[in-house]
Amino acid sequence: MSKLKGWKDIPIGAIVPHGGTAFDYETGSWRSFRPVHDRDKCIDCLDCWFCCPDNAILAEEGKFKGFDMMHCKGCGICAKVCPPKVGAITMKPESDFRE
Amino acid sequence: MAKRLSTKRLALTGNEAVAEAFKQVNPDVAAVFPITPQTELMHKFAEYVNDGKVDTELIAVESEHSAMSAAVGAAAGGVRAITATSANGLALMWEILYIAAGMRLPIVMALVNRSLGGPLNIHCDHGDAMGARDAGWIHIYSENTQEAYDNTLQAFRIAEHREVMLPTMITLDGFIISHTTEVLEILDDETAKSFVGEYKPLTSLLNPDQPVTMGSLALPDYYFEHKRQLVEGMYNAPRVIEQVAKEYYELTGRQYGFLENYRMEDAEAAIVVMGSAAGTTKEVVDSLRDRGVKAGMIKLRVFRPFPHEQLANALSHLNSVAVLDRCISYGAQGGPVFGEVRSAMYGKTIPVHSYIYGLGGRDLTPHMVESAYNDLFEGKSDPRMRYLGLRE
Repeated sequence: MSKLKGWKDIPIGAIVPHGGTAFDYETGSWRSFRPVHDRDKCIDCLDCWFCCPDNAILAEEGKFKGFDMMHCKGCGICAKVCPPKVGAITMKPESDFRE
Repeated sequence: MAKRLSTKRLALTGNEAVAEAFKQVNPDVAAVFPITPQTELMHKFAEYVNDGKVDTELIAVESEHSAMSAAVGAAAGGVRAITATSANGLALMWEILYIAAGMRLPIVMALVNRSLGGPLNIHCDHGDAMGARDAGWIHIYSENTQEAYDNTLQAFRIAEHREVMLPTMITLDGFIISHTTEVLEILDDETAKSFVGEYKPLTSLLNPDQPVTMGSLALPDYYFEHKRQLVEGMYNAPRVIEQVAKEYYELTGRQYGFLENYRMEDAEAAIVVMGSAAGTTKEVVDSLRDRGVKAGMIKLRVFRPFPHEQLANALSHLNSVAVLDRCISYGAQGGPVFGEVRSAMYGKTIPVHSYIYGLGGRDLTPHMVESAYNDLFEGKSDPRMRYLGLRE
């Protein structure tokens, strides 16, 4: 997460001066449910990668690699589209991960 | 000494005078919807468009909400955009007024002041402008046709200044100024054009070399900072308003600022007022002075940003002050200008009184103004709002 800027350092009128700024913006803090992946069950169909609205599924060479937690809002679409017979992604409350 | 340029003296209504100024500026886009008493203003301007005297793209929209939206779209596209309205038209623009200010688009609007219904009324009061006082616009009031013209030209310079970048409304009292023919002095087209200058936008949605997003989302982590930036535009505006007024004075010999102090030097009591009522009040001050009464008047020209310091200084030697509001803030201690003036006077012991006058176009006669001065000089104090010209 980039450091939040003060009012003197942001563009006038809330102009977004160039593309790609969503990458720097942390939406992961909005998450109340966290996707959890089971490597043993996953068949690397990558339906989750296709369907994620936030590009938060990381894939490499056709294989599922993990979640981008800075951008994952916890919408649960990945768990929903994971084939029922596979069931490799489950949504768990964020509170389960707190100390 | 001001240098005198070629000027013309014309007899115009307030609406025609503002249309003349708009013609000289030749804005890129005018998005308008008719409403009394503004209609004649844009009717006149539409003639200039039709006759090819301006290059303006005139968009005849289906409502004032659309008029302000189209002005926002045009300004975001990087061009100079104007509009004009009155009363309910301004009320319908309300949502977009904030967006224009929040996006820091220097739109210039002529507001021909008219009361808001109900009951339905087409005549002057300042209730329409006061409803938009917190929208982030600069508000400049005019006393007469000459000032409506002069304020219009200056508005572009103020709004478009890089350190301001705020939409600006100039106001003229409905019918009293808008439909009254007065003789005024106008600049020749070239002088007016070069005073206002070419508009160079900060950015444009139509520039493929610098693609930007405008009108974006700002959540709890950034919205507050953007609002603080807007405040900075308001803080910078006074310096720009003064600089533009100075240049305009050098051009025309007509002096503008935040306030006009009328016979204030040795005054003991004064009235603070905005718009056309200042003319009536000056007459009363003169007649009181003839009788040895030390009355003064302050005309407030700029309501936003509110000139707290200048006003407090100008009033600091008085025994008492009356503020005349052409608007009621229902349930408040007094009119909206009164609230600002008394706040500016905080810590001083000078009593400030609130008078409401002229709602729905009710005439303000010299007799009524004099009665307020009499209250001040007789020390009649009343913590409540008082009314001028109201039947019990």
